[in-house]
Amino acid sequence: MIPGVPPLIGSLIMGSIVLGFVVGLVAYTTLLERKFAARMQSRVGPYRVGPHGLFQPIADGIKLLLKEDLIPTSADRTVFNLAPVVFLIPCLLIFASIPFAPNIGVADLNIGVLFFLAVSSMEIVGLFMAGWGSNNKYALLSVMRAVNQIISYDLPLLFAALVPVMLAGSLKMSDIAAAQAGGFWFIFYPVLGQLGFLAFMIAGVAAENRTPFDILEAESELVAGFRVEYSGMKFGLIQLGEYAHVLGTSFLGALLFLGAWAGPGPAWLGPLWFFIKAMLMFLLFTWVRWSFVRIKVDQILAVSWKLMLPLTLALLIVTAIVIVMRGPAV
Amino acid sequence: MAEVRAIDYTGSERLTMNMGPQHPSAHGVFRAILTLEGEKIVGVDAVIGYLHRCHEKLAENLAYVQYPSIASKTDYVAAMSSELAYVMAAEKIGQFEVPKRAQYLRVMVNELQRVASHCLWLGTWCLDMGGALGGGTSIFLYCIRERETVLDLFESLVGARLLYGFHQVGGVRYDPSAGWAAQCRATIDTIEKRLLEYEQMLDDNAFFEARTRNVGVISSALAQDVGVSGPLLRASGVNFDLRRDQPYSSYEDFDFKVPVETEGDCHARYRVRMVEFRESIKIVRQALDRLPEGPISSRPGVKSLGQVRVPKGEAYARVEGPRGEVGCYLVADGSQKPYRMKWRGASFSNLAVLPYILPGVTVADVVAIMGSVDPVFGEVDR
Amino acid sequence: MSAEMNIARARMLLEGIPGVTLSGEGPILTVETPVDQFAVVGAMLKEKVGCLFFAFLTAIDHKEAGLEVVARLDNLDSRVCVMLRTKLGAGNTRCPSLFAIYRGANWMEREAFDMFGIVFDGHPDLRRMLLPEDWVGHPLLKSYAVDTPYPPYR
Repeated sequence: MIPGVPPLIGSLIMGSIVLGFVVGLVAYTTLLERKFAARMQSRVGPYRVGPHGLFQPIADGIKLLLKEDLIPTSADRTVFNLAPVVFLIPCLLIFASIPFAPNIGVADLNIGVLFFLAVSSMEIVGLFMAGWGSNNKYALLSVMRAVNQIISYDLPLLFAALVPVMLAGSLKMSDIAAAQAGGFWFIFYPVLGQLGFLAFMIAGVAAENRTPFDILEAESELVAGFRVEYSGMKFGLIQLGEYAHVLGTSFLGALLFLGAWAGPGPAWLGPLWFFIKAMLMFLLFTWVRWSFVRIKVDQILAVSWKLMLPLTLALLIVTAIVIVMRGPAV
Repeated sequence: MAEVRAIDYTGSERLTMNMGPQHPSAHGVFRAILTLEGEKIVGVDAVIGYLHRCHEKLAENLAYVQYPSIASKTDYVAAMSSELAYVMAAEKIGQFEVPKRAQYLRVMVNELQRVASHCLWLGTWCLDMGGALGGGTSIFLYCIRERETVLDLFESLVGARLLYGFHQVGGVRYDPSAGWAAQCRATIDTIEKRLLEYEQMLDDNAFFEARTRNVGVISSALAQDVGVSGPLLRASGVNFDLRRDQPYSSYEDFDFKVPVETEGDCHARYRVRMVEFRESIKIVRQALDRLPEGPISSRPGVKSLGQVRVPKGEAYARVEGPRGEVGCYLVADGSQKPYRMKWRGASFSNLAVLPYILPGVTVADVVAIMGSVDPVFGEVDR
Repeated sequence: MSAEMNIARARMLLEGIPGVTLSGEGPILTVETPVDQFAVVGAMLKEKVGCLFFAFLTAIDHKEAGLEVVARLDNLDSRVCVMLRTKLGAGNTRCPSLFAIYRGANWMEREAFDMFGIVFDGHPDLRRMLLPEDWVGHPLLKSYAVDTPYPPYR
């Protein structure tokens, strides 16, 4: 990627930069969410730590590092300790495939979108390990629900993400971004774009376990669900993974539907526009989260299999027909 | 001694889960030992008594002038109704006269308390269903904001926000000061407007409907058999409200509607309570408009313990609290302390219906049902 | 059916049973039965007089005269209230259970057992309700002093 530097070293440098950026972003995204939610509830949110609460994430990080690391006696130690790591790795790895501007990014794979979706659904393994290793009925119950839900919603998510892929004709992320150049963002594509975006939003909210589909944590019923036995930095890693996943989906959504780095001004402002659009997607997810109560697991699965899957399949078929009818010159 | 347990814990796929006394949505200290098969509940053993503070024994040792402040600690969310039951029982036995102004003040304060209690109910119910990090919190904070304004009213009237000591045998202890009526009117006008907001947020909300329709259905026969009262009874189709059907404390002077629904599910209970909000506000307005002048107690200036002596006799006085029928069965023996006091808590009987409606629902529904039953464990455990 | 008709009906049905006395004025009827007729009269009140609402059940300790069990049943439609009482007699702590007739008696009788030591015949699951399972003594009896020491709680 970087000219004049051997590709391996270049990837390492880019990888560290992206990783550092993502971790920092995740920390400050928690603050953003808390402030946003607070304003929705007519209160202020974190205010005292630093000017307007700006050092709150740092304080939270230090607190988590200093906390006692508790492992229940009857927990499966290896599984319990490995689970946060196994959960975190896919959630951070997805950022490797996202290009932040043409030629800036860790790896712009030819199968970028496929890689993203495949790796992001591997977090289920880490999730299940956390629930199982805790040796706690609440954790087990919540993780059983989570596996059900994530598997059910990954399919509509995939089909919804395939709509812009088909319209652009390539799985490579920079090609999809290039196909939207000139203001023809896929969200503006008549009917198909809007429906695809809507399906992506709904399936995305569900695949990330956010309210109204957050039965995984179901705070008031299962008392933090699969995370119930984790404390200290292990809990921090799980939080990191969750927010990284949400942000990754926001970035993907911004890239697939909102034109990625297209925006007014010079080309080097591209990553900034991309970032702003991703944050907009994130705020959409957050807005939905703080407005709705959650629904039950059987209703969630019913929505997925009886509603989302047939509709996204139909959407895909219609997209294919439209593409064929449009002719080869896209 | 019969040690037969009515719950069958055998079965291959069964899981015994403890929804323990420390739980974010238990509404207080309540332990439910649930036997689950997958996600469905097949057995419930409700364990209560974590908040037992021996009110009934205490009442035998405290004089009639001392106990009303303690009575508010049974249903601490609706303290005014709790105190009223006790003083009404004592007044019934002794045939004490309660001046008209005191009766109107009692009505006003009880209806304001109903508004505050229902605010808390709605907030905590949505909180339980939506999660402490989610949409439920938003509604919770809005409702608490409204409740705070009512508690401010109480603070300027009595001096306390949650547990009062406003009622005494023979009347009430405090008279509203000069600006209180205007503050009261402003508060209830604001609350009435904000109620529209809550209804807009929840009435057509598909998620809310999915969580509450056909969940936790209590038939009217079961409700009466177990002794369920209040909004739960009216949501199951029984048209009975103590304020209208056995009026006390001048309730017959007021004009209000009593909502009745027939489905008996959580959504019906929600609708009943939302109407009760508005009716309570109506009653408060009428009371403010027609508040008569006069003394606030027939036995003012209580200065010693032995000043109130209730002659031999017994009576059962009941009040329509926000949760249902709060009753006080008092047996007096002529001295300054009761001989026996039985506190009939509304939530005790409301909670007793759980073992009959929970089997067959999922764990998520337990939370919605508990919230719509709205127990306060001060009343359950006393 | 109006309140007066219900009360008249109740009087007609119950006056015939030996040992049962009725008193009270207006819509409040007090029915005093001997111990063995407690459940029978309760069933009669539910089926024939229409007292479907079970308000509460409790006990009173009359010191030397023994315990007395009091239950309150209501007919909500016609606003009739019935206080059903039975004196257990000095030294007697057994009483028939109303559980088969009113399901609300379940927890109320458990509480009466917890506080007074009354054993209800026919109750399926008579355990302590409010106090811990290993508590010794029945606190609401007059013989139990308010400040009885009970480590570790007191």
